[in-house]
Amino acid sequence: MKTWKFSRKSLGIPYAVFLLLFVALPLLVLVYYAFTNGEGHFTVSNLTGFFTDPNTLGTLCYSFAIAAVTTLVCLLLAYPTAYILATSNLKRKQVWLLIFIMSMWINFSLRMTALKEVLTLIEGNLARYPFLNAVVGMTYDFLPFMILPIYNTISRLDGALIEAAKDLGANDTAAFLKITLPLSVPGIISGVSMVFLPAMTNYVVLDMLYNSTYIMGSLIGSYFSAYNWHGGSMIALILLAIIIVFTVATNGADDSDRAGIGGALL
Amino acid sequence: MKKAWKYIFIAFVLIFIYAPILILIFYSFTDATNIGAFRNFSLHNYVTLFTTEAIREMIIGTICLAVGSAALATLFGTAGAIGSFYSSRKAGMFYESLNKVPVINADVVTGFSICILLVVVLGISKETYIPLVIGHVVLCAPFVYLSVIPKLKQMDPSIYEAALDLGATPAKALRSIVIPQISSGIVSGFALAITLSLDDYFIATYTKPATFDTISTYVVNATKGQQTAIKTALWALSAVIFVVVALIVAISYLRGARAENVQKAERSKA
Repeated sequence: MKTWKFSRKSLGIPYAVFLLLFVALPLLVLVYYAFTNGEGHFTVSNLTGFFTDPNTLGTLCYSFAIAAVTTLVCLLLAYPTAYILATSNLKRKQVWLLIFIMSMWINFSLRMTALKEVLTLIEGNLARYPFLNAVVGMTYDFLPFMILPIYNTISRLDGALIEAAKDLGANDTAAFLKITLPLSVPGIISGVSMVFLPAMTNYVVLDMLYNSTYIMGSLIGSYFSAYNWHGGSMIALILLAIIIVFTVATNGADDSDRAGIGGALL
Repeated sequence: MKKAWKYIFIAFVLIFIYAPILILIFYSFTDATNIGAFRNFSLHNYVTLFTTEAIREMIIGTICLAVGSAALATLFGTAGAIGSFYSSRKAGMFYESLNKVPVINADVVTGFSICILLVVVLGISKETYIPLVIGHVVLCAPFVYLSVIPKLKQMDPSIYEAALDLGATPAKALRSIVIPQISSGIVSGFALAITLSLDDYFIATYTKPATFDTISTYVVNATKGQQTAIKTALWALSAVIFVVVALIVAISYLRGARAENVQKAERSKA
């Protein structure tokens, strides 16, 4: 009998099994449920149903619109903020950055409650501007996730490059457009990937703002409440496809930025 | 002049981020039932917050769930990272790609798929808490893995080899050489796991027992309900959490700054 010998490699086995059981297997089950009906027979009607129903197609377009506008608004707010913070000569920049991103450690449901109360005070009836409120809510929730990665890339930029550009005759605007902006694209991509997908799926933000419009996530929620696992699985699968396409398109934005959210604290 | 515009802009963003929560905190100290309808100062929201059994249970439950699943996630994620780092390239790719799935996936999809597998297919009752804990470990462990891997890469591999040459068993060398060097990654992974679990709504909704609530699910249900006393007591909870988060951020910043100063001083001595 061969005696088992400790090796560093074998330490990973429990996690490998865990990933297979609870990450890979659920996705396979999702595929099975998406392509079967209540009697367990193979069917594509869940798929064709989604793409022929004007309601679900409308929801898909509406989610894309909300996600795109939210991402754009976040970018327009976050980029200048990150740029001003990273290039300013403020003392203790790190403290200022922490102040800007600290809100993400406050439970989102409590922040949404606050936003709901304030919006109700301003607008009277929240049902009047569902699209606007959805974008404001998502922006309020996800803005710190856009500021952090952009700040990180800009603050890591080599200042000598900008000086060199200026020595060679570029003015401030040209130096920004030719040096800073292109070099901060990785941070932008990271931020976009952390805002766009949640904005398509995080339907509880809409729920909390008394918003009765549907995004893709809401469809899963309503199938879940109706115990319709097959319909819900198909929506989840379609979302998964969108996520994969999006991830490949952004070329697997640097995961270290996501882990950095914890690192910023420590 | 240009400088003034910059500060006006970041001040505007700060107001957008903090005004709602600060206004809510202000009204938590009054007897108002809607913001804007201010009458008298009162601490009754704080009395309700600290004396209502259901709220206390839900807060304790949320914290226990976060600490428990973060601890499990740290164990799995750290061991996984070490195993993956010392495995062949192919096996490393296997870990890397599966680990990535929950990170980029939408929480709705993660929660729903775990619910389908564990509850619908395997028939595990949600009341056992097993689906909830597994769901939260799936949510958190990949981030622990991602925080530990860079520390392993920064490590000098020859120290481990030296320990073996000097007669340490691999287990001993791992414990006294590798673990101390990656401990900062483990700690920040654990902290990140806690914040992820505390903030989660979707995985809890799809996997939690009917009678159990986390802060997120409780608050979401309370805003839909009509119980004004509970609703305004949650404003007080926002104030408490705001202060706790601000304190933790301040303390960890100050400790970080001190550690940095010590490092600088040592470097200038050397």
